[in-house]
Amino acid sequence: MTDEPLLRVSALSKFYGSRVGCENVTFDLWPGEVLAVVGESGSGKTTLLNCLSTRLLPSSGTASYRMRDGQWRELYRMSEAERRFLMRTDWGFVHQNPADGLRMTVSAGANVGERLMAVGDRHYGRIRATAVDWLSRVEIDEDRIDDEPRAFSGGMRQRLQIARNLVTSPRLVFMDEPTGGLDVSVQARLLDLLRGLVTDLGLAAIVVTHDLAVARLLSQRMMVMKDGRVVESGLTDRVLDDPRAPYTQLLVSSILQV
Amino acid sequence: MTDIATYNFAYLDEQTKRMIRRAILKGIAIPGYQVPFASREMPMPYGWGTGGVQVTASIIGPDDVLKVIDQGADDTTNAVSIRAFFKKVANVAVTTETAKATIIQTRHRIPEHPLNADQVLVFQVPIPEPLRFLEPRETETRKMHALEEYGLMHVKLYEDIARHGRIATTYAYPVKVEGRYVMDPSPTPKFDNPKMHRSPALQLFGAGREKRIYAVPPFTDVVSLDFEDHPFEVQTFDQPCALCGAGNVYLDEVILDDHGGHMFVCSDTDHCEKRRADGHHGHLAPETHLALEAKEPAE
Repeated sequence: MTDEPLLRVSALSKFYGSRVGCENVTFDLWPGEVLAVVGESGSGKTTLLNCLSTRLLPSSGTASYRMRDGQWRELYRMSEAERRFLMRTDWGFVHQNPADGLRMTVSAGANVGERLMAVGDRHYGRIRATAVDWLSRVEIDEDRIDDEPRAFSGGMRQRLQIARNLVTSPRLVFMDEPTGGLDVSVQARLLDLLRGLVTDLGLAAIVVTHDLAVARLLSQRMMVMKDGRVVESGLTDRVLDDPRAPYTQLLVSSILQV
Repeated sequence: MTDIATYNFAYLDEQTKRMIRRAILKGIAIPGYQVPFASREMPMPYGWGTGGVQVTASIIGPDDVLKVIDQGADDTTNAVSIRAFFKKVANVAVTTETAKATIIQTRHRIPEHPLNADQVLVFQVPIPEPLRFLEPRETETRKMHALEEYGLMHVKLYEDIARHGRIATTYAYPVKVEGRYVMDPSPTPKFDNPKMHRSPALQLFGAGREKRIYAVPPFTDVVSLDFEDHPFEVQTFDQPCALCGAGNVYLDEVILDDHGGHMFVCSDTDHCEKRRADGHHGHLAPETHLALEAKEPAE
């Protein structure tokens, strides 16, 4: 690991008119680190994620990203072309609803291969071999490669979306409730898979979730948000086992024990 | 000329022609770029060539000689009525001979006879956006053109190979123009794509319903997209034209009877007639039959 962070976020705020989306968020993300952002609905988690992934422009604040060549670039000063290029090479975005992140009308293989073709790969055999490899890494049978994602179950679609994002070996992946809408056994399998991939590939990830169990399993560090502000942040185990802010205590104590 | 006094020359008013010419000039300046224009209502339904007719009406002059083809043929409804339209509203000379025409309006073919620098080819285009069926949002496709994000076009070709084992797209085969814009060559068979490459004739594309004009200037690179291990190929035919015996031309299948009888003939009717007039005969040409009957002794 290097001694420099991958992403530096400083005093990031997003207002929708007079309403607060998120306010004054500051943190560093290190290579290979998984940061969980937790909080209840409407606490600004997704707004923050959309700002960081440049899908939304913030009202104020800065975010800098260390490119592969070691140069620091200010995200909101990059041209749209550069941002979109970053988005499909060095970054990934896993949507809560796989239909938002997949092309539902083309085959699974083409979904995985799209990013490769977008960065200029023009060899069908190679693209297909890579797609086969990635499908097997996310536990999708090779013989489903020519099926459309419409024919896939929810869990398979989510795994396909992950494969599609990871095929260009990004260094940073944004995930918005990656396990939302899946039943618990499928969730467990997906989390297991994600944890393995993140460790194997040394990915840095920012995971937005309202599920503390997801944060516990995947992340090393977490931030708790309420009303657009970060109320507590720290190592995941510390925050969950010894919550200090009153809101975090409430959140941790609301987990149903089975 | 008195009989056309009720029309402006070539039907459109001068301001409209001016507007369309500006769009054409912009299209020529940026090869392959789709220029929006204020498409007018024409006295024919959308899908019958309203875009092509507006382009032709804007560039035609009294000295021009017009040829109109529909799937290569000069004698089908669309071709005949557009030709009659311009004969009436512009009083121009019309022809069916490719070599004699100065403007050729075409629906989905490029003539077999090589074009020259004094000719203009006007295409009728139904859907100008090559990315349309992959990305339905116009705002997004425009952005993709602007940022040269054409990976998606190869996704379509990938799908073809995955499903059919080869690139099965046979018409409207996407091309890259002058190394920059990906363009839909209109639903011409991919057989005609190589003819667009560095063609001496100016090629103009008009889409009336979609309100877009684009152009390929003379001697511009037009390269069909493909994969390294699945290169672009044009259609090939096992047999020559049944009437004129021509090989290396695009053939149409014609059904002869209801017992499965069929023949393949040139889709370019002018080319076929020319060859037959020059004495070439295919195996189903009437001349061949007469010659055979003369040889066989009567029983």
